[in-house]
Amino acid sequence: MRIGLLLVAAALLPGQIPRTAEGKPDLSGVYDIATLTPLLRPDHLGDRLELSDQEAAALAKMEAARMAKTSQASNPNRTAPPKGGDGSEGAAGNVGGYNTVWTDRGTGAFKINGKWRTSIITDPKNGRMPPLTPEARKRAAARVALARPNTGDAWWVKEGLNPGPYDDPELRPLGERCLLGFGSTGGPPMLPVLYNNLKQIVQTPNRIMILNEMVHDVRIIRMNEEHEPPEIRRWLGDSVGRWEGDTLVVDTTNFTDQPALTSATRYLHVVERFTRIDARTLLYQFTVEDPTVWTRPWSGEMIMPATEDRIYEYACHEGNYSFEGILRGARLLEAEAAAKAK
Amino acid sequence: MAAGAQQLPRLSNGKPDFNGVWQAIGSAHYDIERHMARPAMMLRDGPHGPLPAVPLLRLGAVASVPGGMGIVEGGSIPYKPEARAKREENRKHWIERDPEIKCYLPGVPRATYLPFPFQIIQNEKQFFIAYEYAGAARDIYFTDPGPPETDSWMGQSVGKWQGDTLVVEVTGQNDQTWLDRSGTHHTEQMKVVERYRLMTPNHIQYEATIEDPEVFARPWKISLPLYRRMEKDARLVDFKCVEFVEELVFGEHRRKKLER
Repeated sequence: MRIGLLLVAAALLPGQIPRTAEGKPDLSGVYDIATLTPLLRPDHLGDRLELSDQEAAALAKMEAARMAKTSQASNPNRTAPPKGGDGSEGAAGNVGGYNTVWTDRGTGAFKINGKWRTSIITDPKNGRMPPLTPEARKRAAARVALARPNTGDAWWVKEGLNPGPYDDPELRPLGERCLLGFGSTGGPPMLPVLYNNLKQIVQTPNRIMILNEMVHDVRIIRMNEEHEPPEIRRWLGDSVGRWEGDTLVVDTTNFTDQPALTSATRYLHVVERFTRIDARTLLYQFTVEDPTVWTRPWSGEMIMPATEDRIYEYACHEGNYSFEGILRGARLLEAEAAAKAK
Repeated sequence: MAAGAQQLPRLSNGKPDFNGVWQAIGSAHYDIERHMARPAMMLRDGPHGPLPAVPLLRLGAVASVPGGMGIVEGGSIPYKPEARAKREENRKHWIERDPEIKCYLPGVPRATYLPFPFQIIQNEKQFFIAYEYAGAARDIYFTDPGPPETDSWMGQSVGKWQGDTLVVEVTGQNDQTWLDRSGTHHTEQMKVVERYRLMTPNHIQYEATIEDPEVFARPWKISLPLYRRMEKDARLVDFKCVEFVEELVFGEHRRKKLER
């Protein structure tokens, strides 16, 4: 045991990374996982894992140009958008949604071992999720069919949907309800999203805490313990950890019926690996399996760079006026549809 | 005291080790002032004395308020007269006004003595408090970033060690939080200075000095013990009450309204 530890320590050149009093790599800190490297690899890149320097520079330049354009001052003489939106696709028919002040997608792709990456997913080789099971495909298709741009009318009434997608709060996505962030930001796996990509890690020998900026979700990883009994479910799952050499391995099960990760179910099982690669950077790797959803496990990796930014409180529920607006808006459209039908 | 201090768990930097799951015991979450038991959290006048307000009637003894010696030094809060009147008004409208009913973040110090455990995760550089209620969370800064840039529900916490005592100054809390279920209110001017002192391995003495010139005639103090949860499997479980209040907050906007 002692020899093994010494060998690992020698390979990583002790002193290059901060360590805790008990000699473990110190993962504590605040990290910003915003990145322009997408979760899913764009189709045209096929099995290519890496971007060239030129491609990465082009990606960063495109985002910088987009940010510069959307950061321009608004025309103070502009008029209200047309009723029901301008007809183009976008948040609520482009009457206005998130602006540039709000969003933070990062400024570039990320590098692992000095090479820019094309996607976070590394397995399957094409950087895409493996095929869904037939059942999961049906569920996903049903979900996609209900998620439509705002056409300004109660299309679900016309189509005789029962229930309609806006009938009850429980039918709306978790992000709208402020139960979790959207897009698996809290995870696990923790994935970059449109904004609020900071994570804070507080490490102790027995417990390691990860604070997710979005919806102030806290995950407390219990070290070297068994998973909780099946009656106890958690929105972010039950996480137990162990050290494999200098890597923190976190195993998460016991999810609720609706984990943060799209399509996943209570059978989701995620294994995450956190490795400190230098004084400012963690390597974050994960493997996801849910046999009721994907035909095989899939894996991804990214880096977690340290940031000097602070995490501000994201009190989602307390200010969730738009959720009432979503439901009331649907009731108005239904009333309009009923009036028209008369 | 010196002998006891030797036996406290400590981190490698010598600071007392507060890691663990803690909880207050008592009735402070109902009413931080010294108080006798009363029929309910919201009352109406009955023919022979106070009765539970109508919306609480069916809960019977479950809606009643247990008495207690209170956690306020001297027994009562030194309200300015108009602020005391507002507190009375808050009590009359408790069911519409108490932010706990809507699962809003609790603020400090209320988070400390809600009837839920909280967990301290502490190392040589960081001190973090995760509360079970509403998943509230606080990072205690040890480097003062200056005045809070914006108000928030849990405020900004800046800590420093005075010997073995962790002293935390909390500012920048919005005026939406209460201090108990009895309408104790404040403005965004409130400054709370908390003191966490480990008395034995399983017991913290918690004190907080509360200052808000808009509401109180002078600064005042609360103090109460916090106890370590001794169960072998002590931990926080999820209490995402946002889900539990959806019918209350949004139910009237359902397509098919339920009985309300």
